[in-house]
Amino acid sequence: MDDRPAEIVKFDNVGLRYGTDPEVLSNLSFTLYPGSFYFLTGASGAGKTSLLKLLYLAQRPSRGAIRMFGQDLITMPRQRLPDLRRRLGVVFQNFRLVPHLTAFDNVALPLRLAGADDKRVAKAVTDMLDWVGLAHRAHAVPASLSGGEQQRVAIARAVIARPRMLIADEPTGNVDPDMALKLLRLFEALNHRVGTTVVVATHDVHLLKKVPDSLIMRLNKGQLSDPTGALRYPPRPAAPAANSQ
Amino acid sequence: MSLPTPPLTDAPPAAGAAGADALTSWTLGQKTAQLLPSTRFAGPIPWVIAILIALVVIASAGGLALGKLANSARADLSAAVTVQVVEPNPNLRSVRGAEAVRVLTALDGVRAVRLVPEAELAALLEPWLGEGAGNGDVPIPALIDVELTRSAGPADIAAIEAALKDTVPGARVDAQSDWLRPVYNALAALQWLALGLIALVALATAAAVWLAARNAFAGARDTVEIIHLLGATDRQISAVFLRSVLREAAFGAVVGAALGAGAVWLLGQQFAALDSGMTSGGGLGLGDWLVIAAVPLAGVLIALLTARITIALALKGML
Repeated sequence: MDDRPAEIVKFDNVGLRYGTDPEVLSNLSFTLYPGSFYFLTGASGAGKTSLLKLLYLAQRPSRGAIRMFGQDLITMPRQRLPDLRRRLGVVFQNFRLVPHLTAFDNVALPLRLAGADDKRVAKAVTDMLDWVGLAHRAHAVPASLSGGEQQRVAIARAVIARPRMLIADEPTGNVDPDMALKLLRLFEALNHRVGTTVVVATHDVHLLKKVPDSLIMRLNKGQLSDPTGALRYPPRPAAPAANSQ
Repeated sequence: MSLPTPPLTDAPPAAGAAGADALTSWTLGQKTAQLLPSTRFAGPIPWVIAILIALVVIASAGGLALGKLANSARADLSAAVTVQVVEPNPNLRSVRGAEAVRVLTALDGVRAVRLVPEAELAALLEPWLGEGAGNGDVPIPALIDVELTRSAGPADIAAIEAALKDTVPGARVDAQSDWLRPVYNALAALQWLALGLIALVALATAAAVWLAARNAFAGARDTVEIIHLLGATDRQISAVFLRSVLREAAFGAVVGAALGAGAVWLLGQQFAALDSGMTSGGGLGLGDWLVIAAVPLAGVLIALLTARITIALALKGML
């Protein structure tokens, strides 16, 4: 009997090209399981952002098959994609906060899109901003926030709707090492205490050692390698409890 | 840094859950209408719509007035028939004229018969023939005005001709409305012109809104992409744009309707001052003003429909 948990994401021989250019991702086949913490590494231009775009549904692959939360993304009509997107939390590389909305309204967006009532939104957003240490900046617009503060607003927005998978693209790229570590701890807390699957793209190899339970996927020129056994199941021989839900 | 458990509430409803989408279309429009930078009345679109609506209001009023004018003139003359007794001999003309009156009076369907006096004919022709029109140098046919009890159709004309054929040879029978047929045709052409103008202006309104919606979408593309990736449905995103379009189009429609109605009222005053029997038949009634009042509403609907289609097409370009 197969006792594997239902996969969050399954890629099968996926390729991606933009227009008529050569493929930026080739023959990607892997599975992401619930409650795991993955680092996606690789040099600049290796294809990390392209892979993340496939994961957060900003792009369809040029070939191959992708299943997410048990559903086939290739044949899924676009009007059903918002339902899947609401199960994801995304921290974009450049934060992508809505520039004329306050920190409060930016964090509130996923809940408002989902139809949560005002009372619930107000409490959840206030608590979340407090959690990331920005309660006092709730009414500030992104332009008046520092890079680290914007990053924390982006993270608060990504996690407020309790995503089943959190995807972060170079989330520590614009912050100092102390802040980078704090942000990583936020992701770990979400992963350990809520069970959210986390995928963090980074080219900072020092970061990988900071999260001992993490699994590593390495991209090189659009091809995926598997230095820690992340692409097998169980993900690695001595998988920690946190990763084997 | 030691972190407490993230303060996560229960999972929010999924997209497409019962009531959620309809609710969030409104909620998003109301609570986060500021998702798009506020451009209230800053752009030219409300003013373009105002000008176009004013033109349609004027064209509609003109078309309706022309229609009423034509109907009024047609109603006045539809039962009238003219009989001309063409006879150069004045004595014989008088005899035949009197005979024609007798025959016509005896016909079924004839309400009134009047032999137009020669002095009246001379006065009518004086502007063209001069003061000597009535001195007998120029033979003038005897004219008989006949009023029927119904509109004069070809069968009525043929019946009158048949009745006069033996007793009044050379009598010419014409429905008076035939003389005004070119005028009716011209009025109908002007009505079609007004209709064409309305159609063109409606197209121009749609084109202006299409351009504005496209530009608004392009200007807010980053924001749209963000909320799209956060799980916004097409309907929710459209609601944000439509809210803005509704506000601007409603403003333009109200201003345009006021301008157009003012212009129509002024023109009405000018025509009323002519005190002409012809133009008095073109006055607008309550029903006409209700039709004119529907113009700004139709303008807003066209703007909303165009914007909705434009945004839907733009969103289709996104995954």
